[in-house]
Amino acid sequence: MRMFRQATAEAMQPATTPRQTTAREPAPSAAPTYRTVGDHRAANPIITARDVNVYYGDKHAIQHVNLDIGLNEVIALIGPSGCGKSTFLRCLNRMNDTIESARVTGEIKLYDEDIYSKQMDVVMLRARVGMVFQKPNPFPKSIYDNVAYGPRIHGLARDRTELDEIVQKSLERAGLWNEVKDRLEEPGTGLSGGQQQRLCIARTIAVSPEVILMDEPCSALDPIATARIEDLIDELRQNYAIVIVTHSMQQAARVSQRTAYFHLGRLIEVGKTEEIFTNPRHKLTEDYITGRFG
Amino acid sequence: MSEPGPVKPNEPPRTRDRVAEGLRRRYMKERAFRLLGLAALLFGLGFLAIFFVTLVSNGASALLQTRILLDVELDPEVIDPEGRRDAVALETANYQQLIRDALNRLFPDVTERSERRALYRLLSPAADLEVRELVLANPALIGETRSLWLLADDDVDMLIKGNIDRDVPESERRLSDAQIGWIDALLDEGRIERKLNRYFFTSGDSRDPELAGIFGATVGSFFMLLVTLVLSFPLGVATAVYLEEFAPRNRWTDLIEVNINNLAAVPSIVFGLLGLALFINAFGLPRSAPLVGGLVLTLMTLPVIIIASRAALKAVPPSIREAALGIGASKMQTVLHHVLPLALPGMLTGTIIGMARALGESAPLLMIGMVAFIVDIPESPLDPATALPVQIFLWADSPERAFVERTSAAILVLLAFLVVMNGIAILLRKRFERRY
Repeated sequence: MRMFRQATAEAMQPATTPRQTTAREPAPSAAPTYRTVGDHRAANPIITARDVNVYYGDKHAIQHVNLDIGLNEVIALIGPSGCGKSTFLRCLNRMNDTIESARVTGEIKLYDEDIYSKQMDVVMLRARVGMVFQKPNPFPKSIYDNVAYGPRIHGLARDRTELDEIVQKSLERAGLWNEVKDRLEEPGTGLSGGQQQRLCIARTIAVSPEVILMDEPCSALDPIATARIEDLIDELRQNYAIVIVTHSMQQAARVSQRTAYFHLGRLIEVGKTEEIFTNPRHKLTEDYITGRFG
Repeated sequence: MSEPGPVKPNEPPRTRDRVAEGLRRRYMKERAFRLLGLAALLFGLGFLAIFFVTLVSNGASALLQTRILLDVELDPEVIDPEGRRDAVALETANYQQLIRDALNRLFPDVTERSERRALYRLLSPAADLEVRELVLANPALIGETRSLWLLADDDVDMLIKGNIDRDVPESERRLSDAQIGWIDALLDEGRIERKLNRYFFTSGDSRDPELAGIFGATVGSFFMLLVTLVLSFPLGVATAVYLEEFAPRNRWTDLIEVNINNLAAVPSIVFGLLGLALFINAFGLPRSAPLVGGLVLTLMTLPVIIIASRAALKAVPPSIREAALGIGASKMQTVLHHVLPLALPGMLTGTIIGMARALGESAPLLMIGMVAFIVDIPESPLDPATALPVQIFLWADSPERAFVERTSAAILVLLAFLVVMNGIAILLRKRFERRY
């Protein structure tokens, strides 16, 4: 605990920040009070986030984050609980819209389009940026209907055969086809936890998104199911950009190419995964990955 | 608190001893607590049992009705002296005369006018209608002598069922000594029997208890509930969905929520007054109509349905909403495809319980004139009608002894409807309950 306080004070180098106490609406243009260590840019960026701030009411949950999400790579967001990594993830497909008090400033672009602009339709955005949640949440419908739901509402299949193809392909890619092909009409909620999560992944990729966001997808699963999902993430990387929030540093090390370390709403360090884990440059990152707090 | 050090072996008192000391008393308290709960339950069940035993013992006899066997000569001279045999002649014939002749033949000694009238009063005023029905259905019977079980008067019925005391002085009795004598004579000949009471389930209200039935009230209640269901279910569900899924959380929605909760607690007679002022006086809708009753009960049921529906919507886990939104479903698709189907069983349960409450409601109906004496069976929600609980109220208020058993029987019928409705609610909940 003592270590943690020390580390926090260190992170806020110019610790004189009066804006949070005085202003009810914190000025969005306030200059960053810290510097992210490492290169936030990706070789092949799909999403570029610049100076992103998120407020929950008065709470400044995400502060001045710059980060790129690149094609064909997995970026892991790590950090202690409440550090804002999930909040940042949910900014990328505007799931924060459902929280009334949440307010986002800054700029997040999907290719050239600003996600938060008036021109961006949130339904369209979520079709392009899919999401897998922490707890497997299949619909209480059949396995087939779970996967077919996205293509159906977006009108991606012209007829039943095309829909069947999409469902089969998605389940195959999620590594679930062989286990469920004989019982597609059974409820998705009857599967095991690991199977349910793979079903949710199949449901997400059935829409053919460009980016997949994963919010601690393995936290409710046993090690075997986790290993299967991790293999799956590695395969999916060939076609998608993947952002994964995880509490397991081993998982981050195993599946990601880049890692971003968040701390109290700040992006402390970002870089190649092997560098972050072998040679962290920031003291906070080092403390976290060596298990001194978190 | 100081740090607890290691306990020395002989340092008294140790946790073990302390716990052992109080253990017996703890268990005794637990037993006492359980017994108290059981006693409360048994107390309630006891009263329920008394309630049902009273109702059944009072009401069961209403299912049987005393009838008197008479050899009625279907005399063509009386029915159709001109021999036309057409509908008008058959319908307007003096069937009463046939019955009276039959009675006179049984009791030839009774000759005095007033005595004869007392004799005729043993039969219900509607007994001749039964003969007419028979003849109209089959005119070929005219000229024959038929043995017919004809409806007895309610006083005869009460005597047979033991509700009129023979030992009471004649002046305080509904039946004279002479009448009782005739009844006994008929009994000796096996001409008096209790048969199934078909009027109770097929006719409307009547001043004659032996002719009074609950069918009119049941149909009135049915039309009323139909109106209530058609109006309150869609309105209630739509309101709940809007408030729960779409409305912003602000002072206005808070105010609306508080008001809805308050409306659920408003005494129902107030809604009756509102209905009288609004629907009948302002809108000019007919009085005593199930339509107005349905509207009033809608006002009463709406808050219940809204509250139940909102609770059902709240119980849908947010993960389902997130899942649907996450693949790009619009807000409406999320609600229609996922949230509503999951919340529907809860909504239906709430609706049925609300309807059951509406079915048992009488106070607001008194205000809008559904307490009127209505003999005809209503054919539409606009016809004057009464409702089951109001019928019970009316009968409970009637002086005739025979209405007592009918009141109990009507209560049993109402309770049966309520039990069935609540049973359906439970079945729905069990049937559609899903794990998610």
